[in-house]
Formats: sequence, structure tokens, C-alpha cells
Amino acid sequence: MKFSLNGKTVDVRAHPMKRLLDVLREECGLTGTKEGCGEGECGACTVLLDGEPVNSCLVPFAQVRGVTVKTIEGMNGKHALQEAFVTEGGAQCGICTPGMILAAAALPKNASLDEVRVGLAGNLCRCTGYEGIYRAIRKARRA
Amino acid sequence: MPSVGRRVPRKEGAAKVTGAARYVDDISFPGMLHGTTVRSTVPRGEILSIRHAFDTSGFTIADYRDIPGRNVVALIEEDQPCLAERRIRHAAEPILLLAHEEKEKLLAAKVEIEYRPQEPVYDPARSEKTFKEIRIEKGELDRGFREADLVVEGEYRVGLQEQLYIETNGVIAVPENGGVTLYGSMQCPYYVHKALKVLLGMPGEKVRVIQTETGGGFGGKEEYPSMIAGHAAILALKAGRPVKIIYDRVEDMLATTKRHPGVIRHRTGVTKDGRLTAIDIDVLLDAGAYVTLSPVVLSRGILHATGPYRCGQVRVRGRVTMTNTPPNGAFRGFGAPQTQFAAEVHMERIAEALRMDPVRLREINALRPGDTTATGQKLGKDASALKVLREAVRRTGFRKRRRQLAGSDRGIGLALFFHGSGFTGGGEVRLASKAALELTERGARILVASTEIGQGTRTMHAQIVADTLGIPFDAVEVSEADTARVPDSGPTVASRTCMVVGKILENCASEMKKKLGKMSRKQYLAKHGPLIITKEYERPSEMVWSDETYRGDAYGAYGWGCDVAEVERDPDTYEIRPVRVTAVQDIGRAIHPVLAAGQIEGGTAQGVGYALLEEVVMRDGRMANAQLTNYIIPTTMDTPALDTVILEYPYEHGPFGAKGVGEMPIDGPAPAIVNAIRHLGLDVREIPATPEKVMAAPDLARAESR
Amino acid sequence: MRTAVSALELLEPRSLKEALRLLRDEGPLVPLAGCTDVYVNLNFGILPQKRFLNLWGLDELKKIRVRDGLLSVGALATYSQIIASPHVGRRAPILAAASREIGGVQIQNRGTLGGNIANGSPAGDSLPVLAALDAVLVLASSRGTRRVPFNGFYTGYRKSVLAGDELIASVEIPKTEGRQWFRKVGTRAAQAISKVVMAAVRDGPSRIALGSVAPTVIRLPRTEAVLAGGGSVAEARRTLEAEIAPIDDIRSTADYRRRVSGNLLEKFWRETA
Repeated sequence: MKFSLNGKTVDVRAHPMKRLLDVLREECGLTGTKEGCGEGECGACTVLLDGEPVNSCLVPFAQVRGVTVKTIEGMNGKHALQEAFVTEGGAQCGICTPGMILAAAALPKNASLDEVRVGLAGNLCRCTGYEGIYRAIRKARRA
Repeated sequence: MPSVGRRVPRKEGAAKVTGAARYVDDISFPGMLHGTTVRSTVPRGEILSIRHAFDTSGFTIADYRDIPGRNVVALIEEDQPCLAERRIRHAAEPILLLAHEEKEKLLAAKVEIEYRPQEPVYDPARSEKTFKEIRIEKGELDRGFREADLVVEGEYRVGLQEQLYIETNGVIAVPENGGVTLYGSMQCPYYVHKALKVLLGMPGEKVRVIQTETGGGFGGKEEYPSMIAGHAAILALKAGRPVKIIYDRVEDMLATTKRHPGVIRHRTGVTKDGRLTAIDIDVLLDAGAYVTLSPVVLSRGILHATGPYRCGQVRVRGRVTMTNTPPNGAFRGFGAPQTQFAAEVHMERIAEALRMDPVRLREINALRPGDTTATGQKLGKDASALKVLREAVRRTGFRKRRRQLAGSDRGIGLALFFHGSGFTGGGEVRLASKAALELTERGARILVASTEIGQGTRTMHAQIVADTLGIPFDAVEVSEADTARVPDSGPTVASRTCMVVGKILENCASEMKKKLGKMSRKQYLAKHGPLIITKEYERPSEMVWSDETYRGDAYGAYGWGCDVAEVERDPDTYEIRPVRVTAVQDIGRAIHPVLAAGQIEGGTAQGVGYALLEEVVMRDGRMANAQLTNYIIPTTMDTPALDTVILEYPYEHGPFGAKGVGEMPIDGPAPAIVNAIRHLGLDVREIPATPEKVMAAPDLARAESR
Repeated sequence: MRTAVSALELLEPRSLKEALRLLRDEGPLVPLAGCTDVYVNLNFGILPQKRFLNLWGLDELKKIRVRDGLLSVGALATYSQIIASPHVGRRAPILAAASREIGGVQIQNRGTLGGNIANGSPAGDSLPVLAALDAVLVLASSRGTRRVPFNGFYTGYRKSVLAGDELIASVEIPKTEGRQWFRKVGTRAAQAISKVVMAAVRDGPSRIALGSVAPTVIRLPRTEAVLAGGGSVAEARRTLEAEIAPIDDIRSTADYRRRVSGNLLEKFWRETA
């Protein structure tokens, strides 16, 4: 089945009911997308489908046909958010970080702190109390 | 340029923000099998029969008879089997292990187990078995009560709390070189190493443990990894192939350790002008089915039970007993959040009883330099209880704000607390931790078993070494925590990784600098060959401690903290919304200001969850809400604005003056929040203070006038 | 533990017509929309069904429009679409309000109104809104379409009149004059399951619906009658407390649900006065 993954068209064979999360990690070898709960609560498996954040643990592979998928590996590594998450303490243990960065990347430009909180309410972080994440988003915006 | 005190980029930061960091589930080996654990479904009883109700071809199946060594998870006591043989003591006890090449096949494997059930015990007060009792005594309690004008009593209750690291427990065991190499998510590679030696009956050199990038621990990966590592190793040895076990969230919540719940009773004598004359405390903790770390949790609990207050007459009695629930264990704070919750809510109630300003009451009684603690430890000049209290009060305009909010739907409260860094006096001596530093052409390589679990171990250690050697931060590398390469630095727990292990590293670096003299590193290596300096923990000569009498210097140093919480009540739903928490904490020296603030922010948020949201619902000895949907941790919307202030009153034996920071932040939020709820006029004495409990809380004016 | 996917089958129709034919000829099938409920159950291994029908690509079920005075929301409209829809904002602001409180943005991007209805949880956040707005469900099958009042849809705990060969095609919401009111009381401030959820319309007569206090979402006809008959809100509250049947569960208690439901009734009455 063909879909666009991190800017390239790929053709991947997998069971249509397999979770997108597992297809990414197993068939595509992209292990940056993490599983935290398998019930759509923690957001660690967040990827962008056509630019919108979704929980890849709740997406059957069949439903990504013809869709654009972006994972953390599709950020170029030098994205302002990625750099700011390092310097501002947005990443501690790092397990929520890929999903958090993708959710942050999908926030509206110049989102207020309240809008940031609403936009990230689907991503649980147990390390930071979210303060470092807010700092990182503020800093990335200035960059 | 020195790096200590600066915001250098964390060592593994780039890997974590690009998805390149390899956690255990991101790793696989050729021929690897996937393993799973079959657990008991009754809380207490005996196994009568086990039937494999599936096609077993292609499966590796192991039970206790496949254990080559002793069937125990070796820790303090050897009471917990790695796999149950006959007797079941809790409803998630591992019995059987299955492994298969295809995960899918494992998912369909059904095992039927028949039990003879027995009557379970869930009430720790009615337990038949006490695992540990400890007592602290100072002065003459009766005299203290005779001097009192008023005696205030109270009972406080704290619930279970789940660590809820976002990466669940997982390991891979690889059979190789006649032994086992174990990769996994963990805090303490040498705990796993020790447990595997005993379980597998192997000499130390046949067991190698390598920590993989770890997605949070908070104590939840202190002792439990020894269990799951044992399971994977048993399967791997039987199959002769690598075996990976990754828990799903439900299994992780059902089976792994949680914070001990407890009941803490206070009876306090106080004079009319607010001086504490007698403190009598009784602490009861629920251990669950096996000992695990309960004696040490109890120890830390009672050593912090008075809160940071001076009193000549103190008695603290603690015990931890067995119940038929999964064993409780380490969680950030380790007994201190439980007992200091009680201490600080009780202090608030004393102020209410005296009709005294709660800040004034704390000022009168706060421990000062030169004062002695309940164990008779004389405090050094870094004892900053008054400093953190006054800064928190000043910064929040506490007294004025309290007057402004009186009678509204908002309340403000505070909590003063302390936290001992490192193991107890005796504990660090027994650990005899080692750290090593290897000279490299570029600089130096750190060899420690201390793990990076999000808190910034690698970065903070590298800063200490870089500045001691006088080289750039980037010239210091950190070896992975691999028992084949690093010495046993003790566990990564107890707020000891900076103050204790960091100090040993500082000593290594000082000696390396001396050895090098005027030579360049290249010259030294060419002339003398490799240089590795290994040092061991050195007890500060003035420290004295007795485990028998519980007298003396309980901890090398204490951090001191004061939290102020402002909350808002929804009069229709009884929800308490935390608006802001100001956390003022003295940690000696912030080696890395962003990492240190991150510890305070994260610990405070966990404390907010502990105070208001996080409730483990136990039914028939099992966690009934073992999903993230139903065990509620704070989201962005539940976490208040966090205002963090770091004060630095250095400890002379800490590296660059540093004391511990990891645990202390979780001691304060729960009592500060409950005291803010009390300011609203509600008599809450139990956490989590869910809306259901707030709704049922008596009106304070009535409660206290009785 | 998770359900093994190798044993599962997915049928993928290219049109609604084909979907209805497959339901008739190949059923029973579990329809899949945004999968935010079905995949949770698969991940927990608690879904016995093995055969599924993928509706996600059927764009004809995603439309939100106003026709003949009715607001029509396609069953596959996501919460994000509903939140963004000016039609919903004007006609049924409490549907947008409920949608904003469902999950986080990841769930809102995938979860659908039809899915919330089909899942039939008594805690479903959009359901009291549909009950209070007197919504009508358009059910389609290869036999044709029929319209069922939302308030007659559920017959018991997770049971409904939906036949095995039927799909929920859309939801029709009649024009509502009175002031709309919504309040969710969840287990936390976001990403929460409701402990009590109320939707109401202040009108003559007023309409009040509650979730999480009975085996299905419910309207409160006796309470509504007290208010319509000019009774006091205190009297209405007493009626409400007798009219609902909340239980103790792992999220809350019957006492809490009953008292908070009463408080919300008073708040609704106060705020829409």
C-alpha cells in the first residue's frame, strides 16, 4: 500500500488492521514513535496525518492509504523546536518527546499559553511538569 | 569556561529530540523471541493445577523448575519468588513464562490455572505479619506533654500512587558466553546484576547488565527490573535465544510496585505561644505481599515524620506490614512524602487550634543551624528552613494574599519540608559506592553505574568532572551503564547521584589532575599507558550513625523546601483546581540550573497529582483502574503554573556544594494544597483529595470547635 | 493483552452503497470510523468480533450542512470538524462545546459523532447534547433509510435499535430557539471520562439531558415537567435526584453524581435565567 512517509512515497505491505504505530516501528524501522499506553491517552505515539496530530496506536494501517504521514524522523533534526526542547528542559527522559514535538509543531502559530496547553492536553509528560515544554515552545517561536 | 552553574546542552539531548535514542523496545536481536508472563488471578491461595489450553508448538515455556539458581528476587530479604511454586500471596504473582518468535502467537496463548483460594488480608492494621518496626526516641515524651498547654491529635491517610513512567518496564536477555547479557530499562544495573547472579546461580562475570535509554523511573524501576530481568533470563537460557519482554500498560500497572499507602497518627504538645513541646507519631505503611524495599521506605518515612521542626521530646514509631496486594516499593520521596504530608497538615491544624498565623508557628519551630533533629543530628549552617520559608512567604505575599482570599472560592496554603540526601549514614557506608574516571586523549570518560533516567545524570556528572579537571564540558564522555565496564556506584535513587556519586567523581578528577601534573593527556598516555582512577565513597569523618538506636547523623545533608499553593474550588462540582504552586528549594548548588529546575517542576507536578488526582482503586486485591484512562495523572490542563526558586546554601561535602534535588520536590505539594483547601474551610486530612472527598469533607469551623 | 491482528478481517467498501451491501451480505461486521473506541478495545483484547468494515474513506458521510432548517452532521464528521464548523457554532454551540472536551486534539482529529453514538457509552460526551437538542438519527441500510429520534435510539446499556445491516448515516438537529447550556464534569481537566455530563436548553418547555448517571444517556421528563409547570428549581432538583440512577464505579460515587447533577441543574437554571 502506498502512502507518503516523511516526504517520500513508500510502498509498505502489512495487515490492514495492524496499528500504524506497529507498521512504522516494525515494517518501516522508524522507532522514534513510542508506545506509552495503547489506549490513546498518553500521546507518545503521536504522528501527523496530513499535518494533523493523531495517536498512531489507534489508526489501522488501512486508513493511511493516500495520506501523508510525518514522524519525528521526518523533522530535520535541526528544527527550532527540537533544539529548544534540548536547551530549555523540554525533554527529560525523552519517551514522550517525539510525540510532544510533533503535537507542538501542529500548534497554531503564535498560540497563547492557554492554546498551547489545550493543544498539548493529549500528550502526557511525567518528568517536566510541562514547564520546560512551554519554555521550549516559546523559545522556538523566537528563533 | 567553567560549566557548573551553566546551561550546557544535555549529553543525550539530540538523540532524544530526533527519535534516535534507543529504548529497550527499539532494540532487537537476530532470532529473538518475545516473552510474556502468566500471573495469578487470586490474591491468596495455592496453585492446584496448570493447563496449557493452546497449541504449544514453537513455544518456550518455563516455570520455577527452570530456575538454575535460587528462586528469589534477591534484594533486602529473599522472600519473594521470581516464579510462584505453590503459594500465591497477591493477584498478579508471576507463575509461568511463555516465549515465541511471533508476538501474535503469544497473544492467543491461554493458560488455565486452578487454585485453592484462601482468605486474603487487605488491612495493614490487621496483618498477621510485620515486616519491620523502627522507633526513634528523643528526650522524655511525658515531660514534653506536661509542659504543653494544648495537645493536638490527628490521623492522616495517604493512598497508593503509581510512578507512571511513560515507558513501561521492559528488558531483553541474550544468552552468550555461557551466561546472560541483559539489556533493559532500569535505574540500578547492579541490583539486577546481583539478582540475576542469585537466580541463575552464576558468578558475576557471567552476568552482564546494560541499561538502555530509560523512559522515566521515579523509583518504579529501582527494584522491579530485577523481577522482569529474571523472567527474560530464565526464558532465554531455556530457549538458547534472546528473549524480549515488554509490559503493556495494563500489566505494568497491575503487577509493578507503587508508593506505599499509609496511616499516620500525630499527637503533639504545644505551648500557648506556639512552641512544640512533645511530638508523638505513629506510622503504619502497607507493604503488600513481599518485603521488597519496605524497611528502607519505612526508615526514610519515620526519619522525616516530624517535618523540619525542633522539639526536645520526640517519639516516632513505625511499622510496615504484609497484605495480599502486589508489593509496594520505591517511588520518588520514598516514605517522606507520606509522613511529611501528615506532619504539615497537622502543623496547620495546630496553628488553627492556637488561632495562630501558620507562618509564625513554623518560624517559631523550624530547625535552625545548630539545632538537633529527632535522631539527635546537629545541623550545619546550611540548614535553611527559615530561609526557604521566608522567601516563599515574601515571593507570594502569602499573608496578604491569605487575608485577601479569605471567604472566597480561592484558598492559599503552604508546606515546609526537608529531605535527606543519599542513603542513611549507615547505608552509604555499606554501599561503599565506586566511581571511576578514565583519561582519554580528548579529556576524560566517566565510568559510573548511575543511570540517566531523564534527570540529567550524564550531563551533571560531566560538568562536575569538566570543571574539576579544568577542561571543556564537551571533552568529557560518559560511558553507558554497563556492568562489564563500570564499577558499582550504588543505585540511582535517594537523591544521591549528584551529592554522593558526583562527589566521588570529583575526587577521581582531582586525583587525575594531580597525576597529570604539567603533562598533556597525550603525553601522559604515551608515557604511562591507560589511566583509570577509581574511588570509593568516603564517609565524612564527623558523621556518626547507629542503625540499632536510630541515633546520630541520619543523612549527610538535607535539602530544604517551602511550597505555597493557591487553589480554586468549584462550588458546583467540588473540584479543586490548583492555580499556582511556588516552590522554593535549597539544593546546595544547582550544578545545571535547567536540569535542577526540571527536577523541581516535575516533582512538584507529580506531587499535585498525588494531592488531587491520582487514586489507585483496589478491588479484591487488584488495581481496578489499571489503564491510563482511569488512573488519572495531570495533563497540561491539570498542572498549575509552577514558579520555581532555587536557593543555594552549600553542603561542604557535596560536589561544588550540591545536595540532593531529585526527591524533595514531591514532599511539599500535597500538604500545601490540602492546607490551601483547609483555608477554604474544609477539613480534609486524606489524599488524594478528590472531588468526592472534598464534597464529604466537614466544614472546618464546626470540625475544629468540637 | 492485545488482540492478534492476523485473525482479523477488514472489508473496504468504496461507497456508502457498497458498505451497506457488505453489511447485508457479509455481516455481522463492526463498522470502523476513527477507531478511537474500537482500537482501544482491540488493544485491551476485549473485542470478540473479528470482522470489520472500513468506513473512513466515505467522504459522503463527513459533511456538515444546513438543509430545510435542519442542521445535518454526517456520522463521520470528526470532533475537529464539528468544532470548526460555523453551522454548528450558530445552530448547536453546545455540540461544539462537548466536542472540545472530548479527548485531546489527537482524539478530536479522529473521533466521529457517529462513532460516539454507535459506541453508546453512557458517558459519551456528545450524547446529552443530542438528547437535549431532540436530534434525529438517519439510519441507512440497503433497504433504504429511516429516521429515529435520538431519544428513542438506546434500549439499554450499550444497546440500541440499530439493526445489524444498518449504519448511522447522519444526525439531524432541528432549529433550537432557547439558550443552550453544557457542562462536563470529568475525572480531570482534559482528556477525561465524564463523571457527570449535562446538556440543556432553556425554553418553554426546557429540555435537560444527563450522561453517566444511568445505563444510557437520559432525558429528564419529570424534572422538565416540574420546571415547565412553574415549579421551583429546588423542587426540580428533588425530582431530578429521584429520576436518575447513578452508581458507584471506579471513577466516582453515586452520591457525588447525584449531588453534582442537582448542582448543575441549579447552575443551568441560574445561568440561563
